[in-house]
Amino acid sequence: MEHSSLATLIFGRLSLDSLPLHEPILIGTFTGVAVVGVALLAALTRYQLWGYLWREWFTSTDHKRIGVMYMVLGVVMLLRGFSDAIMMRLQQAMSFGASEGYLPAHHYDQIFTAHGVIMIFFVAMPFVTGLMNYIVPLQIGSRDVAFPFLNNFSFWMTAAGAMLVMCSLFVGEFARTGWLAFTPLSGIQYSPDVGVDYWIWSLQIAGVGTLLSGVNLLATIIKMRAPGMTLMKMPVFTWTSLCTNVLIVASFPVLTAVLVLLSLDRYAGTNFFTNDLGGNPMMYVNLIWIWGHPEVYILVLPVFGIYSEVTATFSGKNLFGYSSMVYATVVITVLSYLVWLHHFFTMGSGASVNAFFGITTMIISIPTGAKLFNWLFTMYRGRIRFELPMMWTIAFMLTFVTGGMTGVLLAVPPADFILHNSLFLVAHFHHVIISGVLFGAFAGINYWFPKAFGFRLDEFWGKVSFWFWVVGFYVAFMPLYVLGLMGVTRRLRHFDDPSLQIWFIIAAFGVALIAVGIAAFLVQIYVSIRKRHELRDATGDPWDGRTLEWSTSSPPPAYNFAFTPVVHDGDAWSDMKRRGYQRPTSGFKPILMPRNTPAGLVLAALSFVFGFAMVWYMWSVAAVSFALLLGYAIYHTFNYNREFRLPAADIGRDEDERTRLLAARG
Amino acid sequence: MEHTLTAEGAANPLEFYEAAEHEHADGGGTLLGFWIYLMSDCLIFAVLFATYGVLGGNLAGGPGPRDLFDLPLVAINTSVLLLSSITYGLAMLSARQQHIGATQLWLGVTALFGVAFLSIELYEFMRLIHEGATPQSSAFLSSFFTLVGSHGLHVTFGVIWLLTLMVQVGQRGLTAANERRLMCLSLFWHFLDIIWIGVFTFVYLMGMLR
Amino acid sequence: MSAQHLTLTPPHASQHDYAIGLVLSIVLTAVPFWLVMTDAMGKQATGYVIMVFAAVQMIVHVVFFLHVRAKSEKGWTLVAMIFAMLFVCITLSGSLWVMHHLDSNMMPAHEISQLP
Repeated sequence: MEHSSLATLIFGRLSLDSLPLHEPILIGTFTGVAVVGVALLAALTRYQLWGYLWREWFTSTDHKRIGVMYMVLGVVMLLRGFSDAIMMRLQQAMSFGASEGYLPAHHYDQIFTAHGVIMIFFVAMPFVTGLMNYIVPLQIGSRDVAFPFLNNFSFWMTAAGAMLVMCSLFVGEFARTGWLAFTPLSGIQYSPDVGVDYWIWSLQIAGVGTLLSGVNLLATIIKMRAPGMTLMKMPVFTWTSLCTNVLIVASFPVLTAVLVLLSLDRYAGTNFFTNDLGGNPMMYVNLIWIWGHPEVYILVLPVFGIYSEVTATFSGKNLFGYSSMVYATVVITVLSYLVWLHHFFTMGSGASVNAFFGITTMIISIPTGAKLFNWLFTMYRGRIRFELPMMWTIAFMLTFVTGGMTGVLLAVPPADFILHNSLFLVAHFHHVIISGVLFGAFAGINYWFPKAFGFRLDEFWGKVSFWFWVVGFYVAFMPLYVLGLMGVTRRLRHFDDPSLQIWFIIAAFGVALIAVGIAAFLVQIYVSIRKRHELRDATGDPWDGRTLEWSTSSPPPAYNFAFTPVVHDGDAWSDMKRRGYQRPTSGFKPILMPRNTPAGLVLAALSFVFGFAMVWYMWSVAAVSFALLLGYAIYHTFNYNREFRLPAADIGRDEDERTRLLAARG
Repeated sequence: MEHTLTAEGAANPLEFYEAAEHEHADGGGTLLGFWIYLMSDCLIFAVLFATYGVLGGNLAGGPGPRDLFDLPLVAINTSVLLLSSITYGLAMLSARQQHIGATQLWLGVTALFGVAFLSIELYEFMRLIHEGATPQSSAFLSSFFTLVGSHGLHVTFGVIWLLTLMVQVGQRGLTAANERRLMCLSLFWHFLDIIWIGVFTFVYLMGMLR
Repeated sequence: MSAQHLTLTPPHASQHDYAIGLVLSIVLTAVPFWLVMTDAMGKQATGYVIMVFAAVQMIVHVVFFLHVRAKSEKGWTLVAMIFAMLFVCITLSGSLWVMHHLDSNMMPAHEISQLP
């Protein structure tokens, strides 16, 4: 089909050929998504929920609403990322000898790339960001984050990045380079199609959101703590959030810069990472891992904080060794910036460099070990309640220790020369990320769900989910250690040695167990909503918590605290309860609150259009959307009226309602 | 806020909350937040400097710094940017004294210096490209154009921001909100001059020494 | 909103600061340019001198133009800057060190890159 130059100016390289009309799996997926999507939109229209959604959620600057939206995004993308996992396990279990499995290489390579990108950027990051967003302001006794408008924008940018990745499923294709898109494979010569461009722009857009979120939470923790809450009286989760956001601000600029350099190579023909004209592909690997290693600590530090809160609460004791926890966290933060080369020991930097980074990698396991001992000592002689958050925490402790040990093994360069890019590595990082981040997300969700929604999560389905997840994880990933030690390389879609097949089949069975675990989690949410009156949390403090978020109602009012708390000790809420705190029921003052804003959504939508246009070389659309982006941003700065005063009467009403609830409870 | 326990075990409810809050001025975290953002911007430049450091010697048989750099022009550019920092400082001092006319004047002069800086830089880029030293020619040139160009892009955004602020100050005067914005732009503008010190030292001067 | 003093520019910021900063910056810029353009000290020494001058001028800018003091934002400005400088140093020196080793071990012999 011949394109006129006008058509090319508008549509770039986008054409009907870009739709995967000849791929039955994708057509099936699209049909499913379309049906569900249309049904959802129809239901929203039927029940006239658009206004509600717009007002109460999409344009909200309330950190609690934004936190929940992050969690929803994470859960939705978990389903997509997990589908990729199922597909890979099935392929690898089947594809031996004469059988080629059901996924051609072209498709398979996109799946493992998308799986990694989605799980890291659009599941783990949203979970961690969502929990920090929701909980940190409450824990420090503040009414919101430092920059509520920016917070809304950050969320929508993350969502826009996710949308771009989802788009690649049905329009064009995704990258086939692995989740970090190493050069020269990801350069224009070897990946001329849209895949890597989708990868670049979805990460760049989401990265902007994350970086600004980091700035936001840092300023919040530094400036907006309640009076009396010195640094060493902050809850541990707030400490880990502080360090996490330091890492975000320190590492995401590196990702931004590297993506720009790769974009210049691909779009402008520069020679940063090319094979010729002086380019150095190894520099890409170096730079991307300078970002990549702090990234995994960004994922794990907040969950260490969650585990600390949960352990202390459900052991009924103060966290053991608070100071050492803090120092350990800070040490991990700094050290995480000194280990990145362990991801490419085999690239050839030689003995002295490898030795240095091997040593730093081993050292970083020490403060992590210290934390583990502190959790154990917290539990020792405590009165442990085996509620779901605690169950997830104990599963984490047992599992993460062994996962960490495989990491220390990989930290030894000679060992890594054998195991690099084998299934052993794949097993290791799933081991630590799943037991760390995912179990932590579930611990956090079960722990703080009552706070956010006013009713607890159903315990039975929670336990079903828990057991299927934990058992499923071991069944799915222990075989990969065996395979890795036998020398099997990662990202393969076909194997010739039939003796390996049994391990892949076991792993596939493990994934089936995990699938049940995920399904049980969704059922848990559904059942909990159905039984919400039965599961209601009327006091705001269902677990006998220790930190300030538990002093508010469940859910907290928009303004969080009618009066800013004054803090005297660590574990401020425990302190207040112990000293017979009385909740004030009168004397409320009006509170300054941020207004809603459409700006975040608009700017992110324009960014999405810009990203899409850049992917498809639709230069005119890109230029126009960029101009609109800039114009709207400038226009937004002319809005000086971003706050309103919440009348004391409204606050009085909310507080009276809570007084009634507490009295009815007895 | 100091409160004391009135009796053993029985706490005064005032002890645990602030009855009369000093509403800290909205935007109290803005300057720190912007400073933190600037630190992140520092890291972007660090990556660009590192890239220049690693790839800057890869000439691919093409022209190198000694063949291309025009030091007198760079000296002029450096002076223009330095002067713009001073004039912005003068704008801030005028703003502190609520002299809106003087503020606008110095802001305008700063903008002019900024545009002058960009024009000189663009002229330099055009000259290089005309001579065949394009960003595509070698890794050295790719990193040179990207590092210096990124700085220029930041200056461009700074000028746009400056002009927008001049309009906003013209419309609303030197309010607290505009004061905050002027302070943020001040941080940004001086920060760009600091980056430029790195650029002229490590790119231009060191380049001539190779 | 009534006229109010700019509360955010530190009270000690004055024309003095900018004047001192300007003079120092001019000197710290002019000398390196002169050294390079006339090759008065030889390449090696000149290299070290201009690096030191750059570092000093950056500090001059931070102190006299940005008015950063130890007590700015209760010390957090300084903490943030120190952390940032730490990460900048690690990124720069780490990359240079790693890439130098990678290049000398892995790059084809006739194309070993020379670091400036």
